[in-house]
Amino acid sequence: MRFSALVEVALRPGIADPQGATIERALPALGFDTVSAVRAGKAYRFMIDAPDEGTARGTVEELCRRLLANPVIEDTSVRLEAAP
Amino acid sequence: MTQRIGVVLFPGSNCEHDVAEAFEGLGAETEVVWHGDRSLGSVDAVVLPGGFAHGDYLRPGAIARFSPVMAAVESFAAAGGPVVGICNGFQVLTEAHLLPGALQKNRGLTFLCQTADLEVASDRSVITAGVPVGTRLRIPINHFEGNYTCDQRTLDELRAEGRVVLRYVGNPNGSIDDIAGVCNGAGNVVGLMPHPERAMSELLGSTDGRVLLGALLGAVVHA
Repeated sequence: MRFSALVEVALRPGIADPQGATIERALPALGFDTVSAVRAGKAYRFMIDAPDEGTARGTVEELCRRLLANPVIEDTSVRLEAAP
Repeated sequence: MTQRIGVVLFPGSNCEHDVAEAFEGLGAETEVVWHGDRSLGSVDAVVLPGGFAHGDYLRPGAIARFSPVMAAVESFAAAGGPVVGICNGFQVLTEAHLLPGALQKNRGLTFLCQTADLEVASDRSVITAGVPVGTRLRIPINHFEGNYTCDQRTLDELRAEGRVVLRYVGNPNGSIDDIAGVCNGAGNVVGLMPHPERAMSELLGSTDGRVLLGALLGAVVHA
């Protein structure tokens, strides 16, 4: 089977996020005064072939741990969808 | 006997010649080692220089840690060989888990290129062996991602074991506990954000880099 994967990498709670904080500080000047708790991160999209969703998820999580995220400061979330 | 320093060149490194020249000025021999090599040859110490290894894509050091030479660097370090990461080299060493913690974007999202005031916080590392704790140094920094961070337990460990090697006087980048450099438990693997190779000549503003690079040469036991 083929799956499309979306991986979001974000700084772990408690790790200072200077990028998110800078974006948040800019918002009131633009009139977005109801927005708070901004956190900046990265997203990766790719395709993956695997016999089933569980195997695909295992591979993607291993990929996150070894390369896409630095577990010292970042968390990841993985979304998989069966490709048509 | 003359010490031989290996300087690793990743695609995107840009301080390898400065590092080599700095050591040669102190009387050592140097050899630039390509990141694709699987062996370090016969060197007495290894330096991972500054720059943008593999374009800093993904995260600084994230791709470089998988360069073929890094397996050799890891075994060299495990055998007690001195390994020093300067700036981008420090980022590579944290990504390779040879040093704890991580280097984040600077507080204020500012690229910093200035002379930093530093204080030697420990003489347990190969670049501060024999340098009195409390010694003040002025050495340039040149980075966007130099904001050192780690969890509280790691920080407690680093402090208790004398593994915070250098601290900023007047923290420029938001680093936790003003940390500018740390070492591993044995003191043979060190990472620092400041560039000692750029503080080797009075003409360029400071010769304080000689203190750290000279200490490394002193710590190297020529085989």
